[in-house]
Amino acid sequence: MNSASADANHDQGKRSSSRRPSGRLAWRSTLARHGTLIALAALLLVNVLFTPNFLHLQTLFVNISQVATIAIVAIGMTLVIATGGIDLSVGAVMALAGALAPLIFGSELGVAYPLLGLVAAFVLPLAVALACGAFNGVMISVLRVQPIIATLILFISGRGIAQVLTNGNLQTFSNPGFSYLGTGRVLGLPFQGWLALLIAVLAFWVVNRTIHGRHLLAVGGNERAAALSGVPVRRVKIGVYMVCAFLAGIAGLVVVAINSASDAARNGNLMELDAIAAAVVGGALLQGGRAPVFGALLGAVIIQLVKYTLLANGIEDEVALVAKALIIVAAVALQQGRRE
Amino acid sequence: MGASGAPLLSMRGIGKSFAGSMALDGASLSIGAGQVHGLIGQNGAGKSTLIKILTGVYVRDAGDVEFEGRALRIGSPREAQAAGISTIYQELTLVPLRSVTENVTLGYEPRTRFNTIDWRAAHARTRTILTGFGLDIDVRAPLGEHSTAIQQLVAIARAVSLQARLVIMDEPTSSLDEREVQVLFSVVKRLKAAGTSVLYVSHFLDELFAICDRVTVMRDGSTVADHPIARVSKLSLIADMLGRDIDEIESDGMTELGGGTNDAGELVFEATDLATGPRLSRLDLAVHAGEIVGLGGLLGSGRTEAARAVFGADALTGGSLRFTGQRTPPATPAQAIAAGIGFLTEDRKAEGIVPHMSVRENLTLALLPALTRGGLIRRTEERELVERFITALGIKTSGMDQPIRELSGGNQQKVLLARWLAIHPKLLILDEPTRGVDVGAKFEIQAIIREHVERGVGVLLISSEFEELVEGADHIVVMQDGVSVGRLSNPGITEERLVREIASVA
Amino acid sequence: MSARTDPPPTGQRSGFDVDLRSALRGNGQTFGVLVALVALICFGLVRYENFGGAYNIASFLNYNAMFILIAIGMCLVIITGGIDLSVGSVAAFSSVCAAYLSPYGLQVALPGGVLAGVAFGAVNAFVILTLRVPPFIATLATLLGAKGGSLIISDAQTISVDWGSNFTKLGMEKAFGVVPWSILLVLLVAIGAWVVLERTSLGRTLLAIGGGEDASVLMGLKVGRAKAFAYLFSGGCAGLAGVFLASGFGAGQPLEGVGWELSAIASVVVGGTLLTGGLGSVTATVFGALLLGLVFNILNFENGRGTISLSAYWQEVIRGSFLFLVILLQMRVARRRLPPATGAPSP
Repeated sequence: MNSASADANHDQGKRSSSRRPSGRLAWRSTLARHGTLIALAALLLVNVLFTPNFLHLQTLFVNISQVATIAIVAIGMTLVIATGGIDLSVGAVMALAGALAPLIFGSELGVAYPLLGLVAAFVLPLAVALACGAFNGVMISVLRVQPIIATLILFISGRGIAQVLTNGNLQTFSNPGFSYLGTGRVLGLPFQGWLALLIAVLAFWVVNRTIHGRHLLAVGGNERAAALSGVPVRRVKIGVYMVCAFLAGIAGLVVVAINSASDAARNGNLMELDAIAAAVVGGALLQGGRAPVFGALLGAVIIQLVKYTLLANGIEDEVALVAKALIIVAAVALQQGRRE
Repeated sequence: MGASGAPLLSMRGIGKSFAGSMALDGASLSIGAGQVHGLIGQNGAGKSTLIKILTGVYVRDAGDVEFEGRALRIGSPREAQAAGISTIYQELTLVPLRSVTENVTLGYEPRTRFNTIDWRAAHARTRTILTGFGLDIDVRAPLGEHSTAIQQLVAIARAVSLQARLVIMDEPTSSLDEREVQVLFSVVKRLKAAGTSVLYVSHFLDELFAICDRVTVMRDGSTVADHPIARVSKLSLIADMLGRDIDEIESDGMTELGGGTNDAGELVFEATDLATGPRLSRLDLAVHAGEIVGLGGLLGSGRTEAARAVFGADALTGGSLRFTGQRTPPATPAQAIAAGIGFLTEDRKAEGIVPHMSVRENLTLALLPALTRGGLIRRTEERELVERFITALGIKTSGMDQPIRELSGGNQQKVLLARWLAIHPKLLILDEPTRGVDVGAKFEIQAIIREHVERGVGVLLISSEFEELVEGADHIVVMQDGVSVGRLSNPGITEERLVREIASVA
Repeated sequence: MSARTDPPPTGQRSGFDVDLRSALRGNGQTFGVLVALVALICFGLVRYENFGGAYNIASFLNYNAMFILIAIGMCLVIITGGIDLSVGSVAAFSSVCAAYLSPYGLQVALPGGVLAGVAFGAVNAFVILTLRVPPFIATLATLLGAKGGSLIISDAQTISVDWGSNFTKLGMEKAFGVVPWSILLVLLVAIGAWVVLERTSLGRTLLAIGGGEDASVLMGLKVGRAKAFAYLFSGGCAGLAGVFLASGFGAGQPLEGVGWELSAIASVVVGGTLLTGGLGSVTATVFGALLLGLVFNILNFENGRGTISLSAYWQEVIRGSFLFLVILLQMRVARRRLPPATGAPSP
């Protein structure tokens, strides 16, 4: 149902501008717009006041370490959501990439040629991740399957493939070259934190300064209009799912590096939820059209803080799950309310 | 034929705005019982909005509505139906996947003893109702398998079968041929005889003179006239709709599209036997530089499909398409744009604007490849270009970075037009370029189009405002069910000729 | 083509012809699934010794009863164009509830479990309809909430049922000595769902919503109510499945139910229901669920024979591949049957 004939402007000199909402609505709108920052401030406050040892350096390191992985995946998810889609397979891709790396540098060839093994342990898993992304992208843009369903396929089978490859075993290893990814320090702060920041800056720049970013936002904002304006919609969609899977692959490698162990059953478990939550809290619109990259970063920080707050204050995992659920619903509901 | 007694429906001082822009301001409507009341106005005058307020799709901001003597506040289409108002909307609003029977009876199905649906009876009742419309079709088949005309008749059948006191028909004949229109008229007369009132909205002014008792004219969101049909003439109605003097119209015409020096230049493209699928099966069309070729036809005749075919948006399944200076016709919109073809689509909300993007980003969307070096968009160049167009087209915006959805319909349409003018097109395909636009902006857009035609751009124009075709087009190709069936040439086209050509057999 | 003296070319057919075509039209895919089902059964009967034995059939049906139930619930939700990802966790939650209530007997534990499911369905309906949150986010959140909830109320332990009460009779005894209660219940639910979908206004409204929600609103249908029903029903089915889970395994299992929604979606899709909504059938969904279960049953037998050796992890891969194949097929079929491009018709 369109209201194509709905608009009429009486006074030609009159400019139409968005009306200022009044009273209760203003309150709600302010909350929605600055909610992310307000939430962050509130969480920090609570922790400073109640959590023991919060202001210690070690706490910061632990948090940065964990935020980095969520943030990296969340940025990829933000880009996908910007096209009006969703990627449920990120956790499985993390597990897959994470399972492949130790297999590669731990293989005969990898041990014989350690440098080659190390390089291959980065390149090959990421190539596989790209392939997964391409699979998703093709299903969605060429076969026109709904994103939820298309990415569901890898969500179901990706982790299974990883487990088949490792036969369900936990793979521990000792490889300082690889582990730098997760335990190295640059300027005193964890490497993966800088990595996440770098990725955020790159993503932001691409979205706002390049033609690819413009295309991305157009596809999400109005796909038919974009197609008719010459935007290569198919290519954009396949590309964005490949990027998302690539970033998930990186995150999977980071997790394995942090733990010096690859657990295909748990690597990236429920990460898709964290990533979607971070993206939405950060301002991404589920129907597409906006890609707030630094918002995703902020959202990841908030999600991590929530987790940490609950954990450090002795609240069980289970409650954390419920809390996360409420946050997701609240963030999306606020967003929907703003749309009206 | 005046109204007898208290009116059935009385709407006064209705106001409604969307996102800051005013759609209705002081609109009113009064319908007597057992009357057929016409409602006319240009696209963008507010007719559909007024109807949607009456039927509960929108909630009014101001004004009163009284129905059957009581104040009425309707919050949903269901409440409207319960109150006795039934509607046939302009867009087809049935469910194509569902059977014809379901579409007609859903919500009011005949029941068995156990209160389950009695399908046999439902099918039988539907067949009976449709027979009254001269239709004998497979009622069990999904609605979408039938032609647009049949779908429209089914929509009408549903509305009429709901035992309403007021039946609203918004452009009910937009896809019907002459015979079907007569069937519709007999249905309207039957309703009137039974004491039901009908609100009849139509572009075809002749239809109003055939069956209406009174007519209300709207313009730019308010009601400007309300007369018994016997006391008006077509010209006076048009004058009311356009806000122009009758004499002005007679001398200058109704649009800003006419009056060019029609020296057509070289051929831009030629389509022969063009086909892209079930909705476009045989199109013969040619456009030269500096001329406007119009496409006329009813809803479902394939005009938009024709536009899409020429633009490369749909794959060709038959025939040939030849562009001067190109070895092969464009196979994708990107190729078409590179070849200098622009396509302003019919529905800007669905296929035109990217709502979250700014005016600037929307304007340059099709031009991006030319503005990009090494992947980076050249921002200064972009801003200069946008500034030029905002001034040239008189786009009213608080700044080029304003989100486009905050602009009025007319200004949004100008931005979209600018999008296509920015690529320096050789061919402009315009699908309802002045739809949903206030009268002032409408004239401005028409003037801009004429200006570019004078400069040598070839234009393919689809419009349901007949005066645009009659005054602006050098030739009009008439389409019906995906086939080009006739061709009229100016000078010499009158609205009568055009309407007759469209609504009848070749 | 106008001034029609001849009847229009579309839609003019003779009486009997019409009925037969219409009957076949809706059931094309159901037929296909049935054929595949029969083929697999024959294959199994021929190849494996105990395939057709009472034990295999009974345990197969018992185990798959749960999945058939949630598939039926999922079918109605998907028909409206939505999705319910919470069914697995809700089943787990309700299994714990049922286990806690088991001392009071089946008469209390069964309704209790179902109600728990319906309660979550209500939460879904609220979040989706009132807060306007998209179904998959809303039910994803409920998935988390139910998972957290079951862990909380069970203290992360499996909760043994009261073996003394009649609770466990559900999975083990037969109604009138012939049909196991679980199967009878599933049959009743399936028949009930079928009647609602095919023979009530509510059911047809569900289909209309999936085929065009805006149009349904304009037609004056009770869209909100119908959608709420779909989610409540899905929750209830999940709740009942949870009761089966508790009774069949003798304990409420807070950690079960992982991936159940995926099986349900796969069954629904196999059965020919369009993922975009608007078209679907309960019968076909039941066949789809049976087919899916049969595939795994056969794989188990093959594993037993030693011809293949598939670790448990292969299950997920197979399920995923199955879904993939079915989606591909459905795209083919859908493209052929649906009328061309949706959206406003051209002028």
